[in-house]
Amino acid sequence: MADKVTDVKADPAVRRLAVDVRDVSLTFETADGKVNALANVQLQIAEGEFVSFIGPSGCGKTTLLRLIADLEQPTSGTLLVNGVTAGEARLERAYGYVFQAPALYPWRTIEKNVMLPLEVMGFSDSERRERAKRYLALVNLSGFERKFPWQLSGGMQQRASIARALSFDPALLLMDEPFGALDEIVRDHLNEQLLRLWDKTNKTVVFVTHSIPEAVFLSTKIVVMSPRPGRIIDIIDCEFPRDRTLEIRETPEFIKIAQRVRNGLRAGHSYDE
Amino acid sequence: MTERQFAGALAIAVIGMLAAIGLPLSSEPAMALYGRPLPLTATLAAAALFAAAGLLPPVWSIAAGFAGVVIGCAMSLDLLGDPAIAGNAAFGFWLPVLATWLAAGLCVTRLANLRPRDNAVARTVNLAIPLLFGAMVIYLWEVAVRGFGVPAVLMPSPGATAVRFVHSLPMLWADFVQTFILGMLTGYVIGCGAGFMVALIAHRYRFLGQGLLPIGNFVSALPIVGIAPIMVMWFGFDWPSKAAVVAIITFFPMLVNTLAGLAAAGHIERDLMRSYGAGHAQTLGKLYLPAAMPFIFNALKINSTLAFIGAIVAEFFGTPTQGIGFRISIEAGRMALDVVWAEITLAAIAGMAFYGIVALAERATTFWHPSYRT
Repeated sequence: MADKVTDVKADPAVRRLAVDVRDVSLTFETADGKVNALANVQLQIAEGEFVSFIGPSGCGKTTLLRLIADLEQPTSGTLLVNGVTAGEARLERAYGYVFQAPALYPWRTIEKNVMLPLEVMGFSDSERRERAKRYLALVNLSGFERKFPWQLSGGMQQRASIARALSFDPALLLMDEPFGALDEIVRDHLNEQLLRLWDKTNKTVVFVTHSIPEAVFLSTKIVVMSPRPGRIIDIIDCEFPRDRTLEIRETPEFIKIAQRVRNGLRAGHSYDE
Repeated sequence: MTERQFAGALAIAVIGMLAAIGLPLSSEPAMALYGRPLPLTATLAAAALFAAAGLLPPVWSIAAGFAGVVIGCAMSLDLLGDPAIAGNAAFGFWLPVLATWLAAGLCVTRLANLRPRDNAVARTVNLAIPLLFGAMVIYLWEVAVRGFGVPAVLMPSPGATAVRFVHSLPMLWADFVQTFILGMLTGYVIGCGAGFMVALIAHRYRFLGQGLLPIGNFVSALPIVGIAPIMVMWFGFDWPSKAAVVAIITFFPMLVNTLAGLAAAGHIERDLMRSYGAGHAQTLGKLYLPAAMPFIFNALKINSTLAFIGAIVAEFFGTPTQGIGFRISIEAGRMALDVVWAEITLAAIAGMAFYGIVALAERATTFWHPSYRT
């Protein structure tokens, strides 16, 4: 496989792989026996892509994201991030992770929360301050630096957590249903902001969701997953322009792709259990 | 309470004050209130102020009411100076006391219902209510003890205790240094510090935790009356043996609470630090310890009272000739109960102040916790 990676590098027309998942399986040992969380997953994500994982709960989409982040380790198979193992990539601070909950530390102000990764990674004091200011402005939270997380609304907290994930400028952004707990209006707004951000910064985004419109609207590539065992059943390319707006949701192309995602989900979901 | 009920209850207080004027003050022959110009004026003034309190709008009524209460209290305390009344007080004496008590209760209730909008005023009111309540309790205690002539051996009056307290300040200070600073604080710092350090180690190396917890549990289950004599044998009569007792009894609460606190950090919060490639020391400093702070302060508060009790009781098992516990056991044997009460007062003040300092530090560090958020 090492020569495969060199192949990619040798060919400038092909973009480097941000994530390379090869035949990865993960089995959890639980009290009720073994659970096949993921079985033989193959997935290549090129740099600059916006990839969504979609599927019903229990399909392993979050688990796959956690494997990429080295928060879980696969039972078998190879998983490379930026050409190195997921563990090495984590220690190189290759990715920023946005969790389902904002997970801001309540004893820190919003500004200090954004500075948290910078403190861990040893950025200088002035650099920390400057970056916190910049990324809080990016997520429209200027003026809330001195507030504590519990003084902000859920949407603002999640935006602060995105600023925190971006603050050390990782090339890869892993997002686990970041807007799942928010109402639809806030969610639409944040989706648009996220797209602008992705367009501007050219980062690679891996995004877990269970909302079909969200996945189709955001992604360049949609990975449809199915449970028991967790596996990929379809990978759909989504060729909307990078500066798409919410209006594309009314176009026939959008509806067609949404339909394909829905069919994929339906096919992978067995109702006889 | 409605405006009407308030005024009606105050009217009862006014009637009580006025009715006392003709009643006998003592079971012994003694002049009633109408024959004592100064107490009579005070009684009339208090009654007038209570009446005013029933008629005026809230803020003024509270002011007038408390002015009347102060005059009523001063009047009955002054009457107790008459040896014919002290110990033999009769209905004419008790009626104004009850009326003053009633008026004070009504005014405090009204003060508590005020709910001022201004924050500084609200804080002052919230502080004043328990202070006024405490002052009233001390007044009633004083009046009851002296009015009924309770022997000082059973229950000295707060006034006598205060006089003894002031006259024994050098002795009390020496006892305070011996018991509180040398014995208790030293042991408290050692015990809490050791519990905290062991918790950090047990958190880092789980297998050590599994071995250490039962031992800590065993040590904490040892009765203080059992270990105190042993500590005196080991560390001598002076304060080190008391510090050892305190260290032993404060160790386990700190260990258990800190361990629980270190486990309080959520999964996502831990994953977050892991995603940054943070080492154990960084995760400890930036996540585990801040998340554990409410638990650690719980232990510090529990231990502040445990330690003080431990330090005092340990002195019952051999001590040099000073210390709060030593003084209490010696002076109780000599029937000098006023000294015992002065020592108890000292212990109460010191214990409350120490607890207060810990609680203030807690508020400053764990302001973010849901129970304190504003």
